[in-house]
Amino acid sequence: MDVALQQAVNALSLGGTYALLALGLAMVFSVLGLINFAHGELMTLSGYGLVLAAALGLPFLPAVVLAVAVAMVSAVAMERIAFRPVRNASMATMLLTSFAVSVIIQVLFQNLISARPQPVPVPSALTGAVSIAGLDIGAIQLVSIAATVLLLAGLTLFLRRSLLGMAMRAAAVDFPVTRLMGVNANRVVAAAFAVSGLLAGVAGVLWVAQRGSVDPLMGFAPVLKAFIAVVLGGIGSLSGAVVGGFALGIIEVSLRAMLPDDALPFRDAIALSLVIAVLLARPDGLVGRRPAMR
Amino acid sequence: MNDAPPALLEVTDLTVRYRSVHAVRSVDLAVHQGEIVALLGPNGAGKSSFLNGLMGLVPRSGDIRLNGAAIAGEPPERIVRRGMTLTPEGRRVFATLSVAENLALGAASRRDREGVAAMEAEIYELFPVLAERRRQSAGTLSGGEQQQLAIARSLMSAPRVLLLDEPSLGLAPLVVDAIFELIDTLRRRGQTILLVEQNVELALDIADRGYVLANGQIVLSGDATALRASQGVERAYLGIA
Repeated sequence: MDVALQQAVNALSLGGTYALLALGLAMVFSVLGLINFAHGELMTLSGYGLVLAAALGLPFLPAVVLAVAVAMVSAVAMERIAFRPVRNASMATMLLTSFAVSVIIQVLFQNLISARPQPVPVPSALTGAVSIAGLDIGAIQLVSIAATVLLLAGLTLFLRRSLLGMAMRAAAVDFPVTRLMGVNANRVVAAAFAVSGLLAGVAGVLWVAQRGSVDPLMGFAPVLKAFIAVVLGGIGSLSGAVVGGFALGIIEVSLRAMLPDDALPFRDAIALSLVIAVLLARPDGLVGRRPAMR
Repeated sequence: MNDAPPALLEVTDLTVRYRSVHAVRSVDLAVHQGEIVALLGPNGAGKSSFLNGLMGLVPRSGDIRLNGAAIAGEPPERIVRRGMTLTPEGRRVFATLSVAENLALGAASRRDREGVAAMEAEIYELFPVLAERRRQSAGTLSGGEQQQLAIARSLMSAPRVLLLDEPSLGLAPLVVDAIFELIDTLRRRGQTILLVEQNVELALDIADRGYVLANGQIVLSGDATALRASQGVERAYLGIA
């Protein structure tokens, strides 16, 4: 029983991280039609933000704030420098631009810092376990679930209550008509990137806190999973991205728990086969409808 | 015409080009304060391109003056702030947002909260069906209701000039009548409107003046009464003008 509960916590915490990443991707995609392959580098940047903060001798909480701020500022800068010039170009052009941004950032970290992993000091309160009702549960998993829930709730409030949030939802439906409302297009796009940076920054901190180190390529694997989560949930749907993230986390952790040892090396292949099975049954994803005509 | 006041909207030599195709060629057009001006013409004549060009939604060249200020180089959001907006063809309400949210966005360019609140109350009075459905998502409204919402959303920015693109498109005859009654109400409130419309008869009934566009050029213009009597309009539609 306690094993099952531990696995449930693992699934929610991994799924939550995927959900944060997937939501950031979906947010930029829905506003701009850009699949941002450099999203993983925002995670990496936030990880190196933690390294920088440690070098400056900052305590952990200010370090987290700095790391998330680095990711947000980088996301906005990415848009301003790399994506704005190609905003009206074809989807392929934007996609290739994002590949370029991703590779440039990776190479910069490899050459200016090191290709090898850098240790990140994580407070012992996070690496330990918490005892709840006689069960030991990883502290970082609990923090990660709490952070995800708080962030999703805050974001929902922002999207529903603020004019900028409403404009972002409107831009996801019809960008030109959103401009006809007198909404500044650049502001909406910058906000979408800032939010995606915030989400990737928090996900990066949670990811690094579990592993204790950062390396230049660390963003690749989790963001690839987040892409899969976006597709699984339904491309273009924000709630779909969150559902897809949690679904993928649950699938992965369940497989890890249930597969016999011999089959464990195949767990990603099996997980992706399940995703394909879902998409065969529901081509528009778990939540998705066919996108409205633009 | 020398003693006439300058036009609220004065368009000179407007050209809209998509790659090598000229959708609008060198069009001159004026709309005065309080007027309803109809822009007529067959499908593909360039009417929507003209409106989109005015708003800066598509690349255009030429001179556009709104209340004397040159706006031909400005992006759509700035033009809205200057007092002109477009209710686009096909309504294009934000389907996943509620009616109230659609209206709130319509006022996104305004900073005077009290003015916006007063306008919202006024809109709900003018469009009772929107008041009933203010919490519903816009995608659940009928076509006629969506058209009302699209127009109401444009009015929320308190435009000096309202551009209406095909408000009757795809609506049942009774609903079309209701929409034109609404346009008439707006006229009595002093709203200046440039109306693009397929239904020539309805448009010329409500308009003060009209222009006829064919192949991207103005082929005919004048008072609505004169246009109604002339055969030029029909000929433009048949492609013999």
